[in-house]
Amino acid sequence: MALRGDWMYENNGGTCVAIAGIDYCVVAADTRLSVGYNILTRDHSKICSLADKVVLASSGFQGDIRALHKNLAARHLLYQHQHNKQMSCPAMGQLLSNTLYYKRFFPYYAFNVLGGLDNEGKGCVFTYDAVGSYERVGYSAQGSGSSLIMPVLDNQLKSPSPLLLPARDAVTPLSETEAVDLVKDVFASATERDIYTGDKLEIVVINASGIKREYLELRKD
Amino acid sequence: MGRMTELPTKGGFSFDLCTRNDMLLKNGLQMPPFRKTGTTIVGLVFQDGVVLGADTRATEGPIVADKNCEKIHFMAPNIYCCGAGTAADTEAVTDMVSSQLQLHRYATGRESRVVTALTLLKSHLFSYQGHVSAALVLGGFDVTGPHLHTVYPHGSTDTLPFATMGSGSLAAMSVFESKYREGLTREEGIELVAEAICAGIFNDLGSGSNVDVCVITEGKTEYLRNYQLPNPRTYISSKGYTFVKGQTEVLSTKITSIQPKVEAVEGGDAMEE
Repeated sequence: MALRGDWMYENNGGTCVAIAGIDYCVVAADTRLSVGYNILTRDHSKICSLADKVVLASSGFQGDIRALHKNLAARHLLYQHQHNKQMSCPAMGQLLSNTLYYKRFFPYYAFNVLGGLDNEGKGCVFTYDAVGSYERVGYSAQGSGSSLIMPVLDNQLKSPSPLLLPARDAVTPLSETEAVDLVKDVFASATERDIYTGDKLEIVVINASGIKREYLELRKD
Repeated sequence: MGRMTELPTKGGFSFDLCTRNDMLLKNGLQMPPFRKTGTTIVGLVFQDGVVLGADTRATEGPIVADKNCEKIHFMAPNIYCCGAGTAADTEAVTDMVSSQLQLHRYATGRESRVVTALTLLKSHLFSYQGHVSAALVLGGFDVTGPHLHTVYPHGSTDTLPFATMGSGSLAAMSVFESKYREGLTREEGIELVAEAICAGIFNDLGSGSNVDVCVITEGKTEYLRNYQLPNPRTYISSKGYTFVKGQTEVLSTKITSIQPKVEAVEGGDAMEE
């Protein structure tokens, strides 16, 4: 791998997925960290719990991702001090977009998926590009395996655009267990064909009773 | 400058566009990268012969193109060759030399020798100056005994008691350097080869899936395809997927009958292969 003096980024690989349901949200990411053809670690979490009802999953350059998560966590603490309450998912969504655009000319090499519950308790997923363009959607995949996973989610979940009028629910009618089952199957499939996805899958489910974490072993080759 | 007498067309590559490519590079064009299929291939010599090993993953950049391809190629009944590098190149060069060896066997009336295959491979690769991207581990057993060689894309060769090639070669070599010794038994040899390939499969992202092994001894060759399958799929949805009519939007339908009536004939000739 040729190293030029001015190339300051590195892609550590990995895939993130989020699906919004009627009263829950599933956020999942694999735990493999790689560089080039090497594996740095099989057990690295890409998911960050930002607030009670907000979880961020990011793939890309881990140096930038660590910095981004730290930045958002600090801003959330300030918010709590000033407003005496936790940030809602849409509020965090806007904050993340602004934080990313702030570095428009030296971007965070991070591909983000924000998941949580909105103010009405419904599942809420925001998907971002590297410089802060974002949209609320019913489901999303980002990272090296995203092009393998998105078409399957499109086929199975097919949520309408939130921009359509009359406003239709972007969230999927699937139950929590069905959504988790879909996420597991879709990651197992992505692992078969993407060399940067594998090792272990971390699944985080947010619902009215809080945040629950689950793990699934993936192929280690 | 008038037109000179036409020179007869030469075989091989034409390097006419090299000046143009240099100019483009100077003007900032990014050359597309060569597709190198990540691989782990190994070979070792044990007391009765040679053992060859390979993984089974073929990649196109970050995507797995084939989860169970065959990287141990047939050269002669007593000679096999593992190939790393550009898949088309390894296939083409091993097929070509295999055919040449067969013709040679008919001409000489003798069993092929490993050094013959080696010389044919190295002279072909050297004449293409490294543009045929094939890195090979050649092993076999002939009248002069067991042989193991590595062949590099530019045409150099090494003769070794144990060898590894491909993107996973460092992972596999670390196993060999720790555990190899002279006079291994057949079982020990196979175990060590499998362990080395597994090191490549699990630690190199360019290698993966299954372990193929080939054992060549005096008068006998065993091709153990998928000797180990250490990577089963970890999860499959029990629900399955149904694709109902209507999931893919049909914009228009037009049915044209080719023959008004078709009579199905039972039996008839079998289709040619």
